[in-house]
Amino acid sequence: MWFEQVLFFVAGIGALAGALGVVMLRNPFYSVLALVVHLIALAVLFLLLHAEFLAAGQIVVYAGAVMVLYLFVVAYIGGSDEPLAAEGGPLGVFGPLFAAAVGVELCIAFVASGLKALGTRGAEIGTGFGAPEQIGELLLTKWLVAFETASFLLLVAAVGAVVLARRRRGLEEEGAAPGPRREAPTETLEVRV
Amino acid sequence: MDVVWFLVLSAFIFVIGAGGVLTRRNPLVVLLCLELMLNAGNLALIAFARMHGDGSGQIFALIVMVIAACEVVIGLGIIVAMYRNRLPIDIDEMSELRG
Repeated sequence: MWFEQVLFFVAGIGALAGALGVVMLRNPFYSVLALVVHLIALAVLFLLLHAEFLAAGQIVVYAGAVMVLYLFVVAYIGGSDEPLAAEGGPLGVFGPLFAAAVGVELCIAFVASGLKALGTRGAEIGTGFGAPEQIGELLLTKWLVAFETASFLLLVAAVGAVVLARRRRGLEEEGAAPGPRREAPTETLEVRV
Repeated sequence: MDVVWFLVLSAFIFVIGAGGVLTRRNPLVVLLCLELMLNAGNLALIAFARMHGDGSGQIFALIVMVIAACEVVIGLGIIVAMYRNRLPIDIDEMSELRG
C-alpha cells in the first residue's frame, strides 16, 4: 500500500511542521494558525488509523471551535511579537535539552519494547471499527461513567469561565483604556473584588 | 503502516510541546503547547486502539479532547482576567494567583 505510506509521511511532516511552528513562531497569532495546520494533519493520521469519527470531531471541534476561541482571545489581548532569543535563564538552556532527552527515551521505549504487535499493521478489524455506531455504543454502555463525568466537567468549566472572566464592579475606571501596564505591575495587585 | 511509526511520531510531537512549555513565556503559547502534548497522547491512544482492534482507546481519546476543551476555557479565562487586571501577560512575572 504505497498510497498509505505516502499519505502517512505527508501528514506526519505536516504535523511536525505545525508543531514546530507553534513553538518557534514569535507572534501568538501565527502560532494559533500553525496549530490549525497541525490539527488537520493529525486528523489525516487518525483516518489512517481507522478512527473516522474522531477525525471528523478533531476537525469540527478542535480546528473549528477551539481555535476560533484562541483567535478571539489573541485578538482581544493583542498578539505582540516577543523576542525568542532573549529567553535567558536556566530554563532556556535546559528546557530543550530535557525535551530532547525525553524524546530519545520515548523512542527507545517504543522501538526496543518487546511488543511484537508494534511492528505490524494492527489486529484484524471489521468494517465498523471507529464508526459512529461503535463509538456511541461504547460510550453509552461500557464507558458511561466516563461520559457522565466528562459532561459534568464541561459544566464546571463553563461556570468557571464565567466566574473568571466576568466584569467585576470597580475594576474598569471610566475612560481608561484596558491593557497591561507593564511599567508598574505591583501596584495593581491589591484585591479588587 | 506499522503502528510503531505512529508512536514515534507522537513521541516527537509530545517532545516539541514539552520543549515549548518549558521555554516560552507567553501563557497563550504555553496553552497551545499543552494542546500539542494532549494531541500527541491522543495519537498514541488511537494507534494502540488500532493495534489491539479495540474501540475503547478511541473513547479515551474522545474524553481527552473534552478535557483539553475544558483546559482551554479555564486557561483563556485566566488570561483574560489577567488582562482585565492590567497584569503583564508573562508567566515569569505571574508567579502567584492572588488578586
